[in-house]
Amino acid sequence: MIRVVLPAHLRTLAHVDREVTLAVEGAVTQRSILDALEASYPMLRGTIRDHVTLARRPFVRFFACEQGLSHEEPDAALPDAVASGTEPFLVVGAMAGG
Amino acid sequence: MSGVRVLVGTRKGAFVMTSDAKRKQWDISGPHFTGWEIYHVKGSPADPNRLYASQCSGWFGQLIQRSDDGGKNWEQVDSKFVYDGVPGTHQWYDGTPHPWEFKRVWHLEPSLTDPDTVYAGVEDAALFRSTDGGKSWHELAGLREHGSGPQWQPGAGGMCLHTIIQDPKKPKRMFVAISAAGAFRTDDGGTTWQPINRGLRSAQIPDEDAEVGHCVHRLAMHRSRPDVLFMQKHWDVMRSDDAGDSWHEVSGNLPTDFGFPIDVHAHEPNTVYVVPIKSDSEHIPPDGKLRVYRSRSGGDEWEALTNGLPQRDCYVNVLRDAMAVDSLDQCGIYFGTTGGQVYASPDAGDTWAPIVRDFPPVLSVEVQTLP
Repeated sequence: MIRVVLPAHLRTLAHVDREVTLAVEGAVTQRSILDALEASYPMLRGTIRDHVTLARRPFVRFFACEQGLSHEEPDAALPDAVASGTEPFLVVGAMAGG
Repeated sequence: MSGVRVLVGTRKGAFVMTSDAKRKQWDISGPHFTGWEIYHVKGSPADPNRLYASQCSGWFGQLIQRSDDGGKNWEQVDSKFVYDGVPGTHQWYDGTPHPWEFKRVWHLEPSLTDPDTVYAGVEDAALFRSTDGGKSWHELAGLREHGSGPQWQPGAGGMCLHTIIQDPKKPKRMFVAISAAGAFRTDDGGTTWQPINRGLRSAQIPDEDAEVGHCVHRLAMHRSRPDVLFMQKHWDVMRSDDAGDSWHEVSGNLPTDFGFPIDVHAHEPNTVYVVPIKSDSEHIPPDGKLRVYRSRSGGDEWEALTNGLPQRDCYVNVLRDAMAVDSLDQCGIYFGTTGGQVYASPDAGDTWAPIVRDFPPVLSVEVQTLP
């Protein structure tokens, strides 16, 4: 199972605790994780990526394994530790706004 | 009539405040959606327990919330606002073409007759409608595509559609206003639109009486007299007696001709309220005195209402959606400030008292008169 950590506002929307677990079919990528996340928690559609273009929102960041992954291609394979569930995939609200 | 429910949108959440008809003691619930910007909360005239709220964030985008019990519980509904077809371009601040991009919902206007029908005014300016209680949204694209859209430019706050008024006597007639494009009217339920800006003058645009390009801040109408419209513009308070076909200035003796909100007394169609603000670049009350101005003559002659409002060292603003009236026998007036105060007057503006003093900056105030 894939582990995903959401920022506080999105946990509130999704009515979940700190971490959610997801079953992801096929390659584990940003896109496949977010597809699975939005399928399980449709109230998050549009909050992490644009409804139409599916582009990451500018003030949302993706981290895992102490790496910034925000600028990786959506279909690039994520680290094995994320795919195995050893490490979580972190969705982070960017530090902005003072 | 037994009481009122005041719906307040702020930079950090929504609040619901209720009182009996005396409007002296208030129960306050909230913040709802803590930490999110709530641009607008409004109830359905057809079902007062049905509320809609626009919730947004610079991080996580736009959400729409709905309540079916007067704001006690909320349900997140659809927030997918997609322009119809290829949206094309409007003008950017420097006059260059800029693609239409959805940013947020400024204003939600429930139908006068159907709780499941609600209109949304959005930035970049367009009008959307839901007929299923917010479960899906569809653009009324005739407004954006009526011809002048490529000439529209954003105001300082963005290119927002902020005012939606339904004509209670002509169900297919509706008025909207956009900063900084102007006012528009449909007579066929939103399929086709025409600019209604004749008589407006804006020295800040190259052609000061152009068909579009005026920064209209707010429109107001009394239900009994829908052909009479009042407008607070970026410079000047205006009046139309022919459903917007022509406008004339009624600023009269106001201390400034700038401001954002404008509203009409619930029972006196010629009694109008504005909050004069000093200049377009300062956005503070003149002389540090927070004054609502009332005209009982439909404009031109205005009196300052100050009893209970701060008359020294006050430098807050009142935004365009932050004033409302109730329809109790003695009409109540309400407004919220960027300093977090919400003031109420239970006697048509003669006296004022704060309901709260320390909310986050207030973006919108609406009032429901409860049976």
